Amino acid sequence: MNRRVAVVTFPGSNCDADARHAVALHGMEAVPVWHKDTSLGNVDAVILPGGFSYGDYLRCGAIARFSPVMQDVVRFAEAGGPVLGICNGFQVLCEAGLVPGVLLRNSKLKFLCQDVTLHMEGRDTPFTRNGGVDIRIPIAHMEGHWYADDDTLARVEGEGQVVFRYVGGAPNGATRDIAGVCNARGNVVGLMPHPERYVEASVGGIDGKVVFERLAEVLS
Amino acid sequence: MRAKVYVTLKPGVHDPAGKAVVGGLNHLGFDEVKGVRIGKFFEIELDEGPDAEARLKAMCEKLLANTVIERYRVEIA
Repeated sequence: MNRRVAVVTFPGSNCDADARHAVALHGMEAVPVWHKDTSLGNVDAVILPGGFSYGDYLRCGAIARFSPVMQDVVRFAEAGGPVLGICNGFQVLCEAGLVPGVLLRNSKLKFLCQDVTLHMEGRDTPFTRNGGVDIRIPIAHMEGHWYADDDTLARVEGEGQVVFRYVGGAPNGATRDIAGVCNARGNVVGLMPHPERYVEASVGGIDGKVVFERLAEVLS
Repeated sequence: MRAKVYVTLKPGVHDPAGKAVVGGLNHLGFDEVKGVRIGKFFEIELDEGPDAEARLKAMCEKLLANTVIERYRVEIA
């Protein structure tokens, strides 16, 4: 049976089509979900895609976090369902308190749009695997400087909740070069770079495939 | 009634925009400026009620501030 992956569209999402494409390319069914829907329906995983939900007003992700559908996303996450937040989706997860930390403005106050190399580490999650190969995928963000207070940082590092780290330094100033983290349980993952943009050689690379291959494997 | 809410960065949280403002002010000859922290200011109009202050605090906790990095202060006019 085809595994169903919800991809939520907020007003201002602009990577939702790419995320649905990446899901379908890896043999799963992409289920579009509108932010005003009150239920995710019967799905096996959820992706919050990149973009500029609500124009990044107030703080990135701060308003999207209260979209009607988010109540069901929180319920799904708390029940242990796999949830992936990419870029703005990561910011929404942070605002919702589903993953630790917050994303500050890039330390050099510049929008960064470039390829980065990432090391996959930490615990195994539905989207990552400890000791996986380094991957090269793009970032495109203004607020990607991951930050947490010292206690949270120590806990996140100690519990293996850092699942992606920039190799060769974080271009955005992120604390300890952290590019992606998971929650304490390991079922919710957020990362700033865009795996869904590099799943076809014709558009620049295929290194993002490992994230979707891993999900397909876990759901099978 | 009217309330004012100030949201500011906690100490230690990186504020590159504040730093850029220091540079700009120093450049204009205001050499005495050593530090700037940029925050947010909200003017809120709301119906009066006995628990207005508590409700304003709840607004800050839930939406106006991200308490991971920010603190807030409420003033009721």
